Amino acid sequence: MTDLAAVAERAGLTLVGTRPRFSHYLSDAAHRIPFAATLAWYRVQASLQRNRLGLLWIVLRPMLMSLVYGVVFGFILSSAARPQNFVPFLLIGVFTIDFFTNSLSSGSRAITSNVRLVQSLGFPRVLLPFASTMEQAIRMVPTTVLLYVLLLISGEPPRWSWLLYVPILLLLWLFNLGVAMIAARVSVHARDLQQVIPIINRIVFYASGVFLSIDGLLQGAPWPFRIVQLLPTYDFLEIARDVLMMGHAAPTVAWIAAPIWAVIAFAFGLIYFWQAETRYGIDS
Amino acid sequence: MASTADPAMAEPRAMIVVDNVHVRYSVHAAGRRASAGNRRIGDRVVGSVRQVHALKGVSFVVAEGESVGVVGHNGSGKSTLLRAISGLLPVSEGRIWADDRPVLLGVNAALLPELSGAKNVKLGLLALGVDSATAEAQIPVLAEWAGLNDFIDHPMRTYSSGMAARLKFAIGSARRHSILLIDEALATGDRAFRAKSAERVRELHDAAGAVMIVSHSMRSLRDMCTRVIWIDGGNLRMDGEPGEVIEAYQSEGGTSRPRR
Repeated sequence: MTDLAAVAERAGLTLVGTRPRFSHYLSDAAHRIPFAATLAWYRVQASLQRNRLGLLWIVLRPMLMSLVYGVVFGFILSSAARPQNFVPFLLIGVFTIDFFTNSLSSGSRAITSNVRLVQSLGFPRVLLPFASTMEQAIRMVPTTVLLYVLLLISGEPPRWSWLLYVPILLLLWLFNLGVAMIAARVSVHARDLQQVIPIINRIVFYASGVFLSIDGLLQGAPWPFRIVQLLPTYDFLEIARDVLMMGHAAPTVAWIAAPIWAVIAFAFGLIYFWQAETRYGIDS
Repeated sequence: MASTADPAMAEPRAMIVVDNVHVRYSVHAAGRRASAGNRRIGDRVVGSVRQVHALKGVSFVVAEGESVGVVGHNGSGKSTLLRAISGLLPVSEGRIWADDRPVLLGVNAALLPELSGAKNVKLGLLALGVDSATAEAQIPVLAEWAGLNDFIDHPMRTYSSGMAARLKFAIGSARRHSILLIDEALATGDRAFRAKSAERVRELHDAAGAVMIVSHSMRSLRDMCTRVIWIDGGNLRMDGEPGEVIEAYQSEGGTSRPRR
């Protein structure tokens, strides 16, 4: 039977069911980025057409969320945990963390909810989690414009440093993409992950200080505080507030940790996702 | 069929090489295929699980420009074979080589059901590596070819299974120089569509692609194929001229299932 192997070799064929070399995989994926971009854009369009209020929902949802959290926690929070300038603090927190939590949950479904597409067409599968985070990034455009408007209304003076929020979001996107690739692969192995994601999102929401001042709350506990400070989402929220809010300085560690987290998540996620390339689409 | 040279030895380049391939999988009593992916903690692996030996050592070579029909009774392993070649089903033993990532067209309908046919065409072509401008230009061409007319702008979930199958076939065969695996996807078409798809398949192998077609329609296999293989109980029973193989298959009751 080795003569068949020789035939295959002479014709320069590749073995089916083996993953491509990493460098080939990357260049192949890079070539087909228009596919992922178009898919993301069509998805946004389709989701807008389904709802009667369409585009409005993209901005209404985080606004209503902020309102609810603002009212509830505005009453409950003790003075230590209650941050200065509560309204802009909360708005930046909710709007920014939404980008992460939405990317995580749609990323975890990137393969499992597109099985037909995966089974019908051969393309680097990493484009699917890429498309799902890109979809969230597109949704962040109107949301970010709204955030600037709301900050102005709440009395924050506009500054040049507001422009830095955009590169911070791009960095957060890189981080989200890494996490989405990991979640996409894990939920192929065990779909159960999708049940746990809302819980993870809750934990992230509370631990990252979306509506309360972690610094104030953990003042007397240096160790837990140091751990929370290494939480990537905490770092991103803090540096976002640093550039957007007057008189809110992020700890130095956040400025260092955020880009490191983004690069680590992206690199690890890409390799981890690629390693299971041949498993995606195999029916279960 | 212009009788091409004897299919005995491949002077043209090989496109698909299947070398002693076995596929085994186990099925839960409930009918779910058991795999690492869906096993639940606490599932008893022994007892309620049945082993299926779907392919039992199949070998053949498909060369450039060939279109190979696959016949066999239901459950003989035809679809398993195509899924294995496309890489969607891991082989338990043996190896499969292919020139390109094969495109498998099955009966399951839409790619992205919530999007229109036109958007599905564009996405499908982009995913296959066609550039954006060409993909855009192909939309009306493929819509016309698949006979969709105005439906091209409707969401694909509203399509009949025939319309969806035609559009998927159009997308999958739009790119030249590729390997196309067709699993009953043509069965839903009417006579006019069958004629058109036969022509498309011919174009594909003129352009040095390779096509494999699973079908219960002996007529369309005779129309389209340069060679037919017969899979029987997971084994390769016969491999040769379409006329000969089909005749042998039918004389053994292969006609029991009427042509669709």
